[in-house]
Amino acid sequence: MDFAGHCVEDKIAEGAMATLWRARAADGTPRLLKRPKLGMGSHPACFAGFETERMILARLAGPHVPAFVAGGDESDDGGGPWLIEEWVTGPSLAEAARRAPLPLDEIVRIGAAVATALHALHRQNVVHHDLKPQHILFRDDGCAVLIDFGLAVHGELPDLADDTGERDDRPLGTPAYIAPEPLRGERGNPRSDIFSLGVILYLLATGRLPFGTPESLAGMRRRLWLDPPRPRALRPELPEWLQEIVMRCLAVLPENRYATAAQVAHDLAHPEQVVITARGRDLKGGGWRAAARRWWKTATAPPPQRTRAADHLARAPHVLVAIDTEHVDATLADAMREAVRRVASADFLARISCVTVLDAALFAGQEEAGEIERALRTQRLMALHHWARDLGLSPERLRFHVLDGSNAAGPLIDYARAQHVDHIIMGAHGSSALRRLLGSISARVAAEAPCSVTVVRSAGRAPAIA
Amino acid sequence: MKTAILSDIHSNLEALTACMAHARRQGAGRFVFLGDLVGYGADPVACLDLIREELARGGRAVRGNHDEAALGGLCENLNFIARDSAYWTRNQLGPAERELLAALPLQLREGAALYVHASAFDPAAWEYISGTESARRCLAASDAPIVFAGHVHQPLLFYTVEGGVKTFAATPGVAVPLSSRRRWLVLGGSVGQPRDGNPAAAYQLFDETERSVTYHRVPYDHAAAARKILAAGLPAMLARRLAHGE
Repeated sequence: MDFAGHCVEDKIAEGAMATLWRARAADGTPRLLKRPKLGMGSHPACFAGFETERMILARLAGPHVPAFVAGGDESDDGGGPWLIEEWVTGPSLAEAARRAPLPLDEIVRIGAAVATALHALHRQNVVHHDLKPQHILFRDDGCAVLIDFGLAVHGELPDLADDTGERDDRPLGTPAYIAPEPLRGERGNPRSDIFSLGVILYLLATGRLPFGTPESLAGMRRRLWLDPPRPRALRPELPEWLQEIVMRCLAVLPENRYATAAQVAHDLAHPEQVVITARGRDLKGGGWRAAARRWWKTATAPPPQRTRAADHLARAPHVLVAIDTEHVDATLADAMREAVRRVASADFLARISCVTVLDAALFAGQEEAGEIERALRTQRLMALHHWARDLGLSPERLRFHVLDGSNAAGPLIDYARAQHVDHIIMGAHGSSALRRLLGSISARVAAEAPCSVTVVRSAGRAPAIA
Repeated sequence: MKTAILSDIHSNLEALTACMAHARRQGAGRFVFLGDLVGYGADPVACLDLIREELARGGRAVRGNHDEAALGGLCENLNFIARDSAYWTRNQLGPAERELLAALPLQLREGAALYVHASAFDPAAWEYISGTESARRCLAASDAPIVFAGHVHQPLLFYTVEGGVKTFAATPGVAVPLSSRRRWLVLGGSVGQPRDGNPAAAYQLFDETERSVTYHRVPYDHAAAARKILAAGLPAMLARRLAHGE
């Protein structure tokens, strides 16, 4: 059978909502053909979900979603709407989830991959609203791919998935994974996906679903006030930092969760810097007092508003501050701290990473090179902490990293790319001798960084004209 | 083909030329004028000259309540300021302009689209689409999948859902696909007298092939349009409101 220039091969799945086929393009590339089940007795949400997926997938790009190939409302065979997308071969996270509880390094690897994919989606102004292991595939290189956008919402498009005229109680999501606020009808908050990411991490870490698989709305709503059992109560060998990360994703109120999925990925990559609170330490939840407080807060909460992922992410940037701990210029340091303070107070969800670069190759071959390097690394880290003291920011918002490299620009750009940095703040070196050595760093970073770069110059230190 | 839909031009030549130039840059092949071509502004004849040229090139236009008022009658349904400007406009129009306005239909259907100034439900009653109830009435009065209307001077998109109608405030410059399984009411903003707090002129671009609509906002020299209104002796309030989009 031929379809829109593709040869349709096998039917690979037939669900309640849609039927999937494997198809092959003229050049032999495998593709996925998806068609909704319409007609007598079909689920009313069926078309809304299909139309939403087609509309949103056509607007998405990048390695973390299947590429949109083509779609239409009518087909030559009269079978109604259709969608052809990239065929992603890799395994689904559902396979790994069946093996849970998983070893720590696997939880971290999978968690970071999913968080990275989720951030890439949120950056494109889309909230998935149905994140679960069945909807996550992996490419051969370990890159996570999110699929099934039938319940998703795009910040710049009508919310067609919510196909109900008047308010009704059908929540849009999967009972085990849905966040508290979509249960109240709130749509479009990227932190709802971060909650679902928390459920996935919890499942991978403990082998259990934090809220089970409730069937009734009342059962689902229990998560609005009740805490799930702490992961370390179920599996004591789990580190406190992992429980801290999982429980922060699972916070009942969206504002108590991570601001972005990039922050989750960042913390999973640098667990030693996670600030451990009672959330990570305790083996028991908040008890009935906390539950009663949350119940009251839910009961008196204002009606939900639609939010847009892009607006939220714009207020939660990851800011990298590149600090030269070796050539301390007090005036420049003050000017840089002032620039960081302005960013931090304008966007109160901003995370600030203070970073410097250490050239380990300098002592390679020396006796006890490893020891020298460790000592220098510690010293640089202390210098970064010292530098940041005067910022007066809460420790939770700050992270510190010593990167390796012989030229500072390369490692800074790589870090910015890997950790989804939105803004780099760095200093311009005033003295001409240093500028000959280091001045090209800011120029190269500004030219090659994947984000905005602010180069700070202290007042009254205009560059000398060569 | 892309069609630019320009509603509520209100004799504002600066806004009209800015929107037409913008639409051409966006690839618009033709124009549909959604009524209220005249009234309020100081350039009725120049605006109608531009519109006439487009009609000769395959453009279309429908009649608005201000176009009707400019042709005659007591204008009892208009407020004092609108009435003053309608009387002023009548004196500016020659036979050619009157002929153009008199020939305008109340609504017109083209393929999937229905064009009407106020509402497809009794177009001559000039009902304002002020919420989902009036939007539902408008959609129920026609079987066109996509209805374009103006009159309210506030851009908003309505679409059908199971048992009702929902609204969506589109982001300017972002194309919204109009799925064929729903019906859509594209309520346009005003070219010549925006009233949504944004002084920039508003128009819509309809892509029939892609089946999408894009709301656009175009900044224009509203001070020049306001100066002409004052110089013509029209009510000063009509000049002032252009700067604030109210």
